[in-house]
Amino acid sequence: MNGALDVALRLLVVFVVFLTFPLIVGQTEHKVMAHMQGRLGPMYAGGFHGWAQLIADGVKFAQKEDVVPAGADRRVFQLAPAVALLPYLLVLLAIPIGPSAGAVGQVLDAGVFFVLAVMGVGVLGSLMAGWASANKFSLLGGLRTAAQLLAYELPMLLAAASVAMAAGTVSLPGILHAFHWWWVPWQIVGAVVFFVAGLAELQRPPFDMPVADSEIIFGAYTEYTGLRFALFLLAEYAGIVVLCGLTTVLFLGGWHGPWGHDGLGWLWTLLKTAILAFLVIWLRVTYPRLREDQLQKLSWTLLVPLSLAQIALTGIVKVVIS
Amino acid sequence: MTPAAAVSLAAGHPGFLSPTGVEIAFLLVGLVTFGAALVTVTTRQLVHAALWLVVALGGLAVEYLLLTAEFIAWVQVLIYVGSVVVLLLFGLMLTKAPIGRSPDADSGNRWAALTVAVAAAVALVWVVVDAFRTTWIDLNGPAAGSTHVTGESLFRTWVLPFEALSVLLLAALVGAIVLSRKATADTASGGTAPVEAPPTAPGEKEGAR
Repeated sequence: MNGALDVALRLLVVFVVFLTFPLIVGQTEHKVMAHMQGRLGPMYAGGFHGWAQLIADGVKFAQKEDVVPAGADRRVFQLAPAVALLPYLLVLLAIPIGPSAGAVGQVLDAGVFFVLAVMGVGVLGSLMAGWASANKFSLLGGLRTAAQLLAYELPMLLAAASVAMAAGTVSLPGILHAFHWWWVPWQIVGAVVFFVAGLAELQRPPFDMPVADSEIIFGAYTEYTGLRFALFLLAEYAGIVVLCGLTTVLFLGGWHGPWGHDGLGWLWTLLKTAILAFLVIWLRVTYPRLREDQLQKLSWTLLVPLSLAQIALTGIVKVVIS
Repeated sequence: MTPAAAVSLAAGHPGFLSPTGVEIAFLLVGLVTFGAALVTVTTRQLVHAALWLVVALGGLAVEYLLLTAEFIAWVQVLIYVGSVVVLLLFGLMLTKAPIGRSPDADSGNRWAALTVAVAAAVALVWVVVDAFRTTWIDLNGPAAGSTHVTGESLFRTWVLPFEALSVLLLAALVGAIVLSRKATADTASGGTAPVEAPPTAPGEKEGAR
């Protein structure tokens, strides 16, 4: 009975994190973007600096009509938002935030493979949406999504493999237990490759070619309205939380910090994740969108060689120090 | 390959008449996987076939999980669901993927394909049954398919087949590059609009997957 309660509690905590953290990132994006562009951003909803803006948005989305285009493939069209969103919920289960055994939803033997595999499944949601909408812009968005995933999954995997090699394990808590501070400079190239490839997989600017609003309206999500559209947006922000958390765990040492990693380890994890999330927003405000061919070129001619070089470096250092 | 190292020969042989929960789940997931595979090859809607393939491949991953082969299960999801099916959908969207039935999605090779499929299935089942006749995986002991065990058996016992396979994949990769290069050279020499290199770039590496 106690075991069942423990499992239920863990699932509840992960679910609450899944519902709140993406909203916090979204609200931060509203405010940070606004201030970087010399605006104020949301100021009225909730009273204090518009803190309740996204809750108001959620209420608005829930009230809108749920439209399915006449020519669409109904079932696939309606299933797509769930396929896009659920993988991120599953990934959150495997990310450890503190050193104790209770600070992770579920310890997995092959955690690195689990998170990367499940994150890849999320893209199927965009593909399904793009195809089932019966809209040429949606189809173009779906095509670009697929091309982008194929290009960027390889460097992402290679960068993660480098860390797994360094730690000698593919379990996420195992990697953190093996971490030393000098891993940060050692794996820094892999970290940048992983983060950039992750941004591309999430279709965040400057890699938002699949949803380029000035060319193809909103890509695969063009025909969506109301709650289903909100679910796609939620998936994007949940993706940011997951990507930043993963980069923190794999490359920045997670709960390790200059002091206090026994009791306050989870605070270090959250702090590093928050800084990375800020970086994601900052990049969105700073860089223009990459063109499709530039996007492919960046991955195949820069990121893949860089990640291979990182793996070679990891191997050499590993052999030398062992 | 892994069970050979980790399977224990049960002395008191477990029977078929008192299945455990895991065995029932294994059977049910197997039925779902089989059904999804059947729909994949019989449906007239191309993209639906690809999506049912996701269900079939995902079902296989669950079967691996139930047999405690966690590593193999996640690799199955990563490579087949995450990459191969995405590639398939990409190809369908690039060529022709109408919503609704495709009347021309049929083939005169139906019976030949069925024969080959049945023959392949019989051969595989025969080999597996012959190899593991009375062995029984102990699901309650230490995980028989953990990353550690899999890695050890792969790089200690089965290194040669593993390396031979990687050479085969390399050959496929080089072949894909050669084919795409040749097509580019032909169009360029034909005096038509120059074909840009980047669009062929993803195709080059896809052979490796």
